Amino acid sequence: MRIIVDREVCVGAGQCVLTAAELFDQSESDGRVVVVRQPQVADLAAVRDAVGVCPAGAISLVD
Amino acid sequence: MVRTAPFDPPPQYAHLRADTPVTRAALPGGRSAWLVSGHENVRRLLADPRVSSDRTHPAFPMFVEISPEQMRKTASFGKALIGADPPEHTDRRRMLITEFTVRRIQGLRPRIEEIVHSCIDAMIAGDRPVDLVRELALPVPSLVICELLGVPYEDREFFQGKTRTLIRRTTPPDERSQASDELRAYFDRLITAKEHSPGDDLLGRLIVRNRETPVFSHELLIGLATLLLLAGHETTANVIALGTLALLENPDQLAALNADPTLVPTAVEEMLRYLTIVEAGFRVAMADIEIAGTVIRAGEGIVALGQSANRDQAAFQDADQFDIGRGARHHVAFGYGIHQCLGQNLARMELEVVFGTLFRRLPGLRVSTPLSELPFKDDAAIYGLYELPVTW
Repeated sequence: MRIIVDREVCVGAGQCVLTAAELFDQSESDGRVVVVRQPQVADLAAVRDAVGVCPAGAISLVD
Repeated sequence: MVRTAPFDPPPQYAHLRADTPVTRAALPGGRSAWLVSGHENVRRLLADPRVSSDRTHPAFPMFVEISPEQMRKTASFGKALIGADPPEHTDRRRMLITEFTVRRIQGLRPRIEEIVHSCIDAMIAGDRPVDLVRELALPVPSLVICELLGVPYEDREFFQGKTRTLIRRTTPPDERSQASDELRAYFDRLITAKEHSPGDDLLGRLIVRNRETPVFSHELLIGLATLLLLAGHETTANVIALGTLALLENPDQLAALNADPTLVPTAVEEMLRYLTIVEAGFRVAMADIEIAGTVIRAGEGIVALGQSANRDQAAFQDADQFDIGRGARHHVAFGYGIHQCLGQNLARMELEVVFGTLFRRLPGLRVSTPLSELPFKDDAAIYGLYELPVTW
């Protein structure tokens, strides 16, 4: 499973960082999402939460 | 539709969700729009790229009719951000998001703690009962947003008063126009001064960035500054006052919070959901949009009822219960889609500091007026309390 982020649609709300700071961060230069590391099995629930709360639909979890 | 209980949205919303989740209705100002009441549909519509936030569109849902002349004069307030559509909205929001990232806001925590403590110190030093709105709920977010933006805090009586006038739906048109004209003139002077010598504050930094990549005109900077100041103090102030009251009215929840301070972040999240001070998100369909078996035609207005969505049983178990341990962040208290609140993490931080401090420093805190006599903002576009007399 991999996290894919679409930085073009990200609006910098920071919801992903609040959900899983170990996986997501906001870039210092533009405030938009960056992936800190790819998820392990134990992280999948948090990633799904982050996908669900992102207001811009910028995060997806793919096989 | 009116409230029948201070913490609950109008009871008709539950009927709308159950029977007519997408329904046409006449609005108080005389316009018509589609009311959308369920959580899933509210989120779908607010995130749909086929909706516009253009407040000058003739079908844009309005609760108060504003004259075309006044609309033109204050257009920059909306156009700067909340009433803009992509691609303009994208460029403008991107100029601002570095100022509101989770990390940047965490850096403000020590100063917010100082401000909260000094407000509580002043409450303790003064006579009781104390109006919590005047002494804590309004000063904390007002001082924080003033320091962040670079707006003189000495001017608070002016902008707090004008804000009250503007968000009250019963304000007469003349008074409303005068208040927006005065705010516009105030920010015209402030932005002009900052354009001459930009300081190290949000507006100063923005003006510098804007010289490198021009996105905001002078007029849009005025609109943006007005929006950030209003949205930055009035909203959080209402959640502080209502959240304090909600905890006092739910002693089991207050006891749980006092017993385990690590619950503060989820308690704040639950206040945001349960109290949802902004009733709805307003949009116009730019294309035919099918939702829940209904077609909203291009050019028709949409009222996405966030207050209703946040009490939807399909999204939140026991949705009408105030449960500080719930930990649900999929509520729409900050809206949803590309316009979701830019300052949400600042609001969360202010609320976390307030609710991590208030009951620890004033353990016997109680309301000194019966609930039925408290002045709730039933006439305002943003719900809250005009006053909350407390003692301890």
